[in-house]
Amino acid sequence: MPESSSDSQRTKDIFFARTPRQTAMKTLGLIVNPVAGMGGKVGLKGSDGSEVLRMARKLGATPEATQKAIQALQAVAKMKEPLQLVTYPHAMGEDACRAAGLVPQVHGSIQMGRTTPKDTERAAKQLLEKKIDLLLFAGGDGTARNICRAVGGQLISLGIPAGVKIHSAVYAVTPREAGEVAKMFLEGHLRRLREAEVIDIDEDAYRQGVLRTKLYGYLSVPIENRYVQQMKAGGILAEVQVLAGIADDVIDSMNESDVFIIGPGTTTRTIMERLGLPNTLLGVDVVCNRHLVARDVSERQLTQLIAGRQAKIVLTVIGGQGYILGRGNQQVSSKVVRQVRKGNIVVVATKEKLASLEGRPLLVDTGDEILNEELTGYIRVTTGFQDYVIYKVGHH
Amino acid sequence: MGRDKRTLLRKFHQASWDEQIICEMSIPGERGILVPKVEKEIAAEIGDGFSIIPENLRRKTPPALPEINQVRVLRHFLRLSQETMGADMTIDVSEGTCTMKYSPKVHEQLTRNPGLRDVHPLQDEDTLQGILEIYFKLEEFLTEISGLDYFSFQPGGGAQAVYANACIVRAYHEARNDDKRSEIITTLFSHPCDAASPATAGYKIVTLMPDENGYPDLEAMKTALSERTAGIFITNPEDTGIYNPRIAEYVNAAHKVGALCVYDQANANGMLGIARAKEAGFDLCHFNIHKTFSSPHACMGHSTGAIGVRQELGKFLPIPQVVFNGKNYALEYDRPETIGRVRCFFGNAPTVLRAYAWILQHGADGLREVAECSVLNNNYLLKKLSEIPGVVIQYAEGKRRLEQVRYSWDKLKQDTGVGTEDVMRRMADFGMQHYWMSHPPWVVPEPFTLEPCESYSKDDLDEYIAVLRQISKEAYEDPEFVKNSPHNSVVHRVPIPSIDEPEKIVVTWRQYQRKKQSSARVK
Repeated sequence: MPESSSDSQRTKDIFFARTPRQTAMKTLGLIVNPVAGMGGKVGLKGSDGSEVLRMARKLGATPEATQKAIQALQAVAKMKEPLQLVTYPHAMGEDACRAAGLVPQVHGSIQMGRTTPKDTERAAKQLLEKKIDLLLFAGGDGTARNICRAVGGQLISLGIPAGVKIHSAVYAVTPREAGEVAKMFLEGHLRRLREAEVIDIDEDAYRQGVLRTKLYGYLSVPIENRYVQQMKAGGILAEVQVLAGIADDVIDSMNESDVFIIGPGTTTRTIMERLGLPNTLLGVDVVCNRHLVARDVSERQLTQLIAGRQAKIVLTVIGGQGYILGRGNQQVSSKVVRQVRKGNIVVVATKEKLASLEGRPLLVDTGDEILNEELTGYIRVTTGFQDYVIYKVGHH
Repeated sequence: MGRDKRTLLRKFHQASWDEQIICEMSIPGERGILVPKVEKEIAAEIGDGFSIIPENLRRKTPPALPEINQVRVLRHFLRLSQETMGADMTIDVSEGTCTMKYSPKVHEQLTRNPGLRDVHPLQDEDTLQGILEIYFKLEEFLTEISGLDYFSFQPGGGAQAVYANACIVRAYHEARNDDKRSEIITTLFSHPCDAASPATAGYKIVTLMPDENGYPDLEAMKTALSERTAGIFITNPEDTGIYNPRIAEYVNAAHKVGALCVYDQANANGMLGIARAKEAGFDLCHFNIHKTFSSPHACMGHSTGAIGVRQELGKFLPIPQVVFNGKNYALEYDRPETIGRVRCFFGNAPTVLRAYAWILQHGADGLREVAECSVLNNNYLLKKLSEIPGVVIQYAEGKRRLEQVRYSWDKLKQDTGVGTEDVMRRMADFGMQHYWMSHPPWVVPEPFTLEPCESYSKDDLDEYIAVLRQISKEAYEDPEFVKNSPHNSVVHRVPIPSIDEPEKIVVTWRQYQRKKQSSARVK
């Protein structure tokens, strides 16, 4: 078993933000994607792309993202300490701030009623320069992807859910909760950060009934974990140790000949770290006999690598909805799963992650209805070293 | 004066002393007791009393104990006690799963009886007959209460009792030359030691999640059971207070694959005299006798986990076991198949004595009444709390619960932003103990777990309910007020992240000095 001495440096997905300076005024950035959520209300499956947007407007959609942002800001406005707010003009944040009774510093310029993803990215880059303590953004998966592309891990950010599609784990459950968490973070009461997945789907394909998703990256998000006592002493260290335990359990099961397909995600990353191997956070790596066989493989490479061999697939929950297959790990296709067989799927997750599903099953969406059906039932999820939970698997 | 008759709320402010750590109060040369000089006659026999200690055993420097006179010591600890909220000071319905019933003070007199206080476990058994008799008779009481055949009082608490039971499960399978059994099944709402203690004993742990009704998922259990299953360790009712009426199906399914069934009855307050482990089909059980059978407990004090087993498992119990030949009580060590010891000597004798006295005081009818009153109290509290805005009762809608309930402030949190930790801190302003929330993970969001044992009167419960109702009202009217609470307490708010940082935690004076010095150097 690997040494456990360097847990704290190795597992990076739980860490502290730098201690907020007690005296300095906090700065909050706000970006609203004014068109987020417009498609859903009129039966479209997203609002990315100007053509879709025109159609949405024609069908009578009105912007809702500003309303959602106001709800979040109302919670932030209760802060006792002074707060500086920086945002973009009009519908991209300014309107929401003023409606919530806050006076923002406004930067940049936009073409009213014609904002595009480029505006979101430009705004994010500009707010980064303003050295903000936290970025709140209202939107959906597309917005999260824009933020991620523009500033990635350079900013601590949190999503206000306003879009049609919310697969990404960077969003709070409700706009109000986003505001509450932001307030607590800015007040210094919350310092835990998590790397949360940014997932988006190909919307053109989605509207044609084909679901393809991709894990685009991670954003650092402050968390108020509803499933763990905030005050619990040692809670954070404990989670690092739990992740190490999960990894060691998987590593213990590795023999000389089996091929291990390590799916994307921060929980599976710990396995690679504890093996001392390089890891592709957004992609699939292949390990055999505790050595790296291939990095960031495609579906085709996978099927070749496992041809005629005993293989195991190690998966974790990707995104906020409980998917273990079909969101952000499309390389592990139905073909690969059939080749490996159901009994050789190892699912890893912390108990807190399972609790956060609030009783909903883990989900699979392989694009193959018969396989989805076969995968349905109960699965043993590795939740620690020699520690497992029997959990339900379902599909839509 | 007195409690407000209309609102039932108290005006309370906890004493606050800016008291130093006792080591900081030391004044060199100050003394609490002047030890008398060695008398001439004694000195003539053994010298000054120090010289007989070999040179290499004598310390070179005096111990770094604080030098303080009696008055200041007394004042110091009384002040600290005023800053503490204990079970005897408050209506302690708060500590769900802990069974904080009243522990009769007369029992403390019993434990000061020289027959207990002045004896030593290494004395000859002939001189320990009194306490051994009490051990033997308490075992008889518990066999009657549980229906199982033998008990041991060696484990020093509930988690150790579960550990001992896990060792017995292993010994049972080993004795049958069955070496494949490496897994223990438990449930998420069972006590966490039902997972942790068997894991400490070397088992792999498989946990069942609750189904939509709050019961452990039976279908999941059937998937989990195999020839690798050594045993199931479960609580019933679980921490939710919901009694699982289909428990026989779980037990039968486990027996069918050859596993043993272990009943965690740490808290048996809702079942005394009503339901027994034997009839429920279990092979082993344990009682936290400091809980159900009364001893002042918590903070690592005075506990005993009594483990009970069926006839055929008796040979595996820890040694020594108290036996009676019709004339004398004795400690039996010669038990070749024993799991050995889990603790020194024969356990925590004062707790055994208190439980024995408590059972004698109640009698069989009294024990049943304890269960009935605690269930009645709990369902009264459940009804009244369900009427408080913001409280959610998850699972088993319309059903009665046994001795405790895991409640939720999830609605309050969604409506006002005030969560369970905020409400908990505000409790202290009314002279109430912080309540117990939940073991992690919080499957019931914003949880709090209350257990109104038989000791509490309707008036006590009404006051407790009034406090929660008031805090709910405050949360809807002025959430920030609740979030910034407590307002009348000693420690206003513990900064959350800092107590998570190991480098800032100190538990001894030496550690405190070391860490203080090193942090000063950094600055």
